[in-house]
Amino acid sequence: MAFTNTVRNCYQTTIEEIKAAGLFKEERYIHSPQSSEIEVEFPVGSTIKKCINICANNYLGLSSHPAVIAAAHAGLDSRGYGMSSVRFICGTQDIHRELENRLTAFLGTEDTLLFPSCMDANAGFFEACLGEQDVMIADRLVHASIIDGMRLCKAMQDTYKHSDMGHLEEKLQEHQDKRLRLVITDGVFSMDGDTARLADIVALAEKYNAMVFLDDSHATGFIGRTGRGTHEHWGVLGRIDVITTTLGKALGGASGGCVSGRRELVEMCRQRARPYLFSNSVAPVIVAGALKVLDLISTSTERRDKLEWNTKYWRGLLKDAGFDIKEGDTPIVPVMLYDAKLAQDFARDLFDQGVYAVGFFFPVVPKGQARIRTQLSAAHEKRHLDFAIEAFRKVGQKHGILGLGKKELLARCAA
Amino acid sequence: MDEVGKVVRDYITREYLQEGDDREITETTPLISGGIVDSFSMVSLLRFLEKKYSIHIPAEAATPQAFDTVQSIEALVHRFQRTEVSV
Repeated sequence: MAFTNTVRNCYQTTIEEIKAAGLFKEERYIHSPQSSEIEVEFPVGSTIKKCINICANNYLGLSSHPAVIAAAHAGLDSRGYGMSSVRFICGTQDIHRELENRLTAFLGTEDTLLFPSCMDANAGFFEACLGEQDVMIADRLVHASIIDGMRLCKAMQDTYKHSDMGHLEEKLQEHQDKRLRLVITDGVFSMDGDTARLADIVALAEKYNAMVFLDDSHATGFIGRTGRGTHEHWGVLGRIDVITTTLGKALGGASGGCVSGRRELVEMCRQRARPYLFSNSVAPVIVAGALKVLDLISTSTERRDKLEWNTKYWRGLLKDAGFDIKEGDTPIVPVMLYDAKLAQDFARDLFDQGVYAVGFFFPVVPKGQARIRTQLSAAHEKRHLDFAIEAFRKVGQKHGILGLGKKELLARCAA
Repeated sequence: MDEVGKVVRDYITREYLQEGDDREITETTPLISGGIVDSFSMVSLLRFLEKKYSIHIPAEAATPQAFDTVQSIEALVHRFQRTEVSV
């Protein structure tokens, strides 16, 4: 079929509907390396503006770290630019396996397999490892990539209320007739910034003979005393059956992800996970950079400790200024506004004040739960956060929301 | 709301509302479009109905529209109860 006007109109109508619903996404062009201070062109064609970046997943500030860049350069020189192959044909270099072994040691698992992204790891794992006789029981707030992966799998799907251990136990009891049970959770939930009750989850899984799947993308490198992740934080290292995580956030922020866990589960992915089998190897330059990241974070907790300090400081600043934030201790700090339009206006006004943050609203978060998601980085200095809070205060004053609690904010939205 | 509707309403309140969520579920409360039940966790509701009423609801009938209110779910259950009986 040719791309006729009828076809074009069909898509244009849908795009207009997306715009009308206030869900249209636009990219902002960044003219600098990723960091706590960036140069942004927005809207397209406008003058480039310097901003404090408070919405990157650059938790450890390693995205543009000189040592990582140097290692990536060296990797480029010694192993080339691309592999032009999937892993199992002629796409595996010594450094791919070296990185897998280093991740296994860091995460405290039995084996690891690299994927092009954690999205791909999540898309591939379930179908590769579970079948019709099995059941997957997921927290209702797991990441979209897990939901997509579960939909590709023939095992029965079920869910439990977010972090509700009583409900999870009911589900585990209900599914005792299944061959295999898999409990699925994020380590740190990306929208609320709360941490899964992993010690309780592991205890229930052991009681009811279930495996545990943990997506630790928003935790690897900085949660836990030495940054191993949520399982370290809860003292359950070695008791998680499968961890998926990313190189695209704290671990340098380029791209790539992995499945790490029980040897047999990793092997099943190597044999059957379609995103692994049918997409290119992670580029050598990224592998070389990630190896340097692991060197840095395995020898010092300095960056993770600084992130922890920044997190506490920023949470305190927001509370003192009168904002309604989601409680927690992770570097994901949602500033609750509840109203979608207010969240969009607030983000735009922050940008005018030199702070780059993004508003999130339905369907990314539940209806009536709109927010500005702020994220801390070890690359933030105190002065960045002091500057950002002034901007938040000014914009908060403009919209008359400082000091308002959830009920008042909701009433204001309804008015 | 008949007996089926009451059972469905109670299940939805128990299964989908978080602790402290005191929203009242009525016959016409939008469940999916209102964000109470998402299409992903709808599966447990489907399984509950099939088990409770010994019916089979085929995938093509288990649409988000059919699951959007207690009223529409009630109608769906009655429709397949009749089908089972006629078979």
